[in-house]
Amino acid sequence: MKEMKGFVALRDSGLGEAVASFNSLASQRGVCRAGFSLMTYERIGEDLIVCLPGGSHLAPSVRSPYDVETLVPRMRGIGAMAAAGEIGVLSRSDVQRIFDTLSSKGYRIVGPTVRDGSVMWETIQAVSGLPIGWRDHQEPGRYRLEQSGSKDLFGVVHGPQSLKPFAFTPREPLVQIERSKDGFTARPTPPRQEKVAIIGARACDLAGLAIQDQIFLQGEYQDTYYATRREGLFIIAVNCTRALQTCFCASMDTGPCAKNGFDLALTEVDDQLLVQAGSEAGSDLLSVLSLSPASQELTREGALRVDACAQSQVRRLDRTRLPQALYDAHEHPRWDDVAARCLACANCTMVCPTCFCHKVEETPDLTRQNSAHARLWDSCFTQAHGYIHGKNIRPTIKDRYRMWLTHKLASWIDQFGTSGCVGCGRCITWCPVGIDLTEELSVLLKPSEQRSTSSRQQEASGR
Amino acid sequence: MPKCDAEKNQPKLGVFKFTSCDGCQLSLLNLEDDLLALGQALDIAYFPEASSKMNPGPYDLALVEGAITTEEDAHRIRSVREQTKVLVTIGACATSGGIQALRNWADVDSFKQVVYPSPHYIHSLKTSTPISEHVHVDFELWGCPIDKGQLLRVITDLLAGVQPQVPVESVCLECKRRGNVCVMVAKGLACLGPVTRAGCGAICPSMGRDCYGCFGPTEGARKGPGFPPNTTSLANYFHSGLQLIPVDVLRRFRGINGYASSFKQESERWDKKT
Amino acid sequence: MINPYLIHPATIMEKIREADSIHTYRLRLNDEETRRNFRFTAGQFNMVYLFGVGEVAISIVSDPEEPERLDHTIRSVGRVTSAIAQLQAGETLGIRGPFGQGWPLHAARGHDVVIVTGGLGCAPVMGAIEYIFRRRLHYGSVKIIHGVKSPRDLVFHERFEAWSKRPDTEVLLASDRPDKTWRYHVGVVTELFERVSIDPPKTMVLMCGPEIMMRLGVPILMRRGIPATAIYVSLERHMECGVGLCGHCQMGPYFLCKEGPVMRYDLIEPWLGRVGV
Repeated sequence: MKEMKGFVALRDSGLGEAVASFNSLASQRGVCRAGFSLMTYERIGEDLIVCLPGGSHLAPSVRSPYDVETLVPRMRGIGAMAAAGEIGVLSRSDVQRIFDTLSSKGYRIVGPTVRDGSVMWETIQAVSGLPIGWRDHQEPGRYRLEQSGSKDLFGVVHGPQSLKPFAFTPREPLVQIERSKDGFTARPTPPRQEKVAIIGARACDLAGLAIQDQIFLQGEYQDTYYATRREGLFIIAVNCTRALQTCFCASMDTGPCAKNGFDLALTEVDDQLLVQAGSEAGSDLLSVLSLSPASQELTREGALRVDACAQSQVRRLDRTRLPQALYDAHEHPRWDDVAARCLACANCTMVCPTCFCHKVEETPDLTRQNSAHARLWDSCFTQAHGYIHGKNIRPTIKDRYRMWLTHKLASWIDQFGTSGCVGCGRCITWCPVGIDLTEELSVLLKPSEQRSTSSRQQEASGR
Repeated sequence: MPKCDAEKNQPKLGVFKFTSCDGCQLSLLNLEDDLLALGQALDIAYFPEASSKMNPGPYDLALVEGAITTEEDAHRIRSVREQTKVLVTIGACATSGGIQALRNWADVDSFKQVVYPSPHYIHSLKTSTPISEHVHVDFELWGCPIDKGQLLRVITDLLAGVQPQVPVESVCLECKRRGNVCVMVAKGLACLGPVTRAGCGAICPSMGRDCYGCFGPTEGARKGPGFPPNTTSLANYFHSGLQLIPVDVLRRFRGINGYASSFKQESERWDKKT
Repeated sequence: MINPYLIHPATIMEKIREADSIHTYRLRLNDEETRRNFRFTAGQFNMVYLFGVGEVAISIVSDPEEPERLDHTIRSVGRVTSAIAQLQAGETLGIRGPFGQGWPLHAARGHDVVIVTGGLGCAPVMGAIEYIFRRRLHYGSVKIIHGVKSPRDLVFHERFEAWSKRPDTEVLLASDRPDKTWRYHVGVVTELFERVSIDPPKTMVLMCGPEIMMRLGVPILMRRGIPATAIYVSLERHMECGVGLCGHCQMGPYFLCKEGPVMRYDLIEPWLGRVGV
């Protein structure tokens, strides 16, 4: 743990004294900015971590019984940033140095690029490939880019793609099968390992990748295809300083500050970027860059903006009663209501950073001497997903939406010890008819007098 | 599905055209190298589009293109069926009636009066109907035109005695697997992808334009095993979210596969609002 | 790293007709080393592959102590199984596996065993019955209860006849609809649960068949004193991968290819009979 200069841990009741202390300090030093603009805090249970210059003179009575180091690992805002390691500073005009260093190390660099009205991951050579000055506006069923005229490199929060396609690709060749005298021979077709540096991943993306890692790498079987692709990734995260209308990572505890799972993390503060390492590979790169350390003021300003991003999120997802409350809502009439709107088109599952369903596709050639197996992204919204010999477990859109939401928000917790939702909001934006899972969940968790049509449906289908 | 008769020489293929533009037959010709391989696996006995050799039936496999729009068509398809073991429709016309099925909502006689100097020479039915309304169809291949990869797969499956299978999921899955940006969400285009079956490879959205449903409705499509797609929700959103006036909503659904049941029902619902 | 997607060719040594559309395929892995290392337990399944067509999850019904012989009883209902039905002995299938959790036959030693099957879905439990009869002395009484919709659905008639003649063994058959030849119970199979003599504390139940039979039948057995923890059911869901990665086989919080297909009843009970689960 690095020394946490400038941070103090207080009891809840100590905030008033901290503000007074800050104000007197500010007047002594001629700091003109009023109120909290230079002071930010984060609440952890009954304790506060306050970023406060000269906080050491605060009365012991308002101090937290815990020290800063104990509380920091539980932080997601200011402390997480400062605690993650030495923070360097890079001026915006020097960001190309990161690109050049990565290129010299043999990485293909991938970053968000403006394409077809959104941003998509594309190979880029230079900073100029980033969506400079662009901002995204997202709301249910709607995505628009707008050029703000600023020089911001990372003004676009995200496009439809999370980090999912990099390790769990939409189509992965698995096995090549060739007919032979005594039947056939099969050989795996593993992907070529490639060093890919991704610049611009968000905290929610990292959380999604961590969940996919858990599924594909930490179970009984380690998936070699996923592992090969995953090993080559170098991830440069960007801490969010702007929340979309659709974001709710703060309520899922996954963002907007990248906690772990990155090699480098950037925080864009006007024309400066705070740079911190999150892994050994990241530290190596940082030492090659030999950046000057960021000033406390700049670090604080970055932290403040990330924190403000969390505060500004308008959507949230109440997880307190999950998974059981959603299991209990199996007969809620809201499922009929959402099924009337849902298209079962599968877009939500395609853009979801954690959805992992796939199918195995068999493709023989014309001569039927060779055949290939590949796995393709599949979705619980397709007709084939619930098929077993002659019947379908989930024939209706209602069955499928319920399967998806219940898995994502409830049974995922039983399976993997974590929610399947990271709060990125993509499923809200990219639903062609704008279905919002946070809204659906809040209705589903309210008790209802009515029952859904399931019981009638069950009778009718004789199941 | 009966296995093609591979014992005596090769299974015999017939390719039959009804009311259509020939585009699906061209997809067969566009198989190029694969067509040569196909020629070795099959006896291409009847394919007027490609060869003047016209051998009589019976046929092991018939690929049928085009809709039924004349008395003669209706008679001939029965004859084709009688001579054929496995009958596969290829394309929107044969499978759902095609674009010419727009006449099903109009007055054919008045068209004739307007278009032809001597309308009494024209003998056509008042409707354009899919093959399945006339004879039993063993397998339906959607698309305008069909996808040649799907066609090849269906033929090779049949030759191997395997029930053919093509995906019935939405275009959106193919579209997003390709890494496309959703044209409906990012551009506000009234895309039919969410209710249209995959198979084309999401050609239109990949070119930045909206899907117009040429592969027909997803799973519930006519003889599909599942439920019809939720065209109602999509149509409502075209109107309320994308501000399409009712007649434009109607036109989205009344297109190349407008006579496919779920698209038909949806356009008729909007017909009442115009 | 083990690659669970890799398919191993296996030769059909024998194709045994069980009924009109049901055959048992006796498979032998072609590669000697793979064959030597292949171990399974009764109730586990393989992904059985037909070249150029695809894969399907099928339980292994032969004896786990003879792992070089792998019997799979397959009814042709779908695309893959219909194509497999066209194969003859000497031809090749592929195998990936074994996957999942089988029947607790070791834990069942010393117990009375009640085996309940319904309809045509009884293949997964056939292996368990054979296993028990080959080690008959290790088990207490054996009751086999089997229900069908109509007498012509009784496909393993000879086997049931043979088992009924074994000592300390009872075979009870039921058909929803009788015909002239039907000598057994007429009615739904769960009615037999009331009649069969059981000694609850020393009984273990293995059940396989339609979920509705489990949902309606298990409460009867429980009323008769058998705890839910002594009842095991074999369940079915769509499977693509076999290793809990593809997502299709979920039933509530369980991946049936991994935690199933045989599940202890008290674990799966909350999810049985839920529409769309």
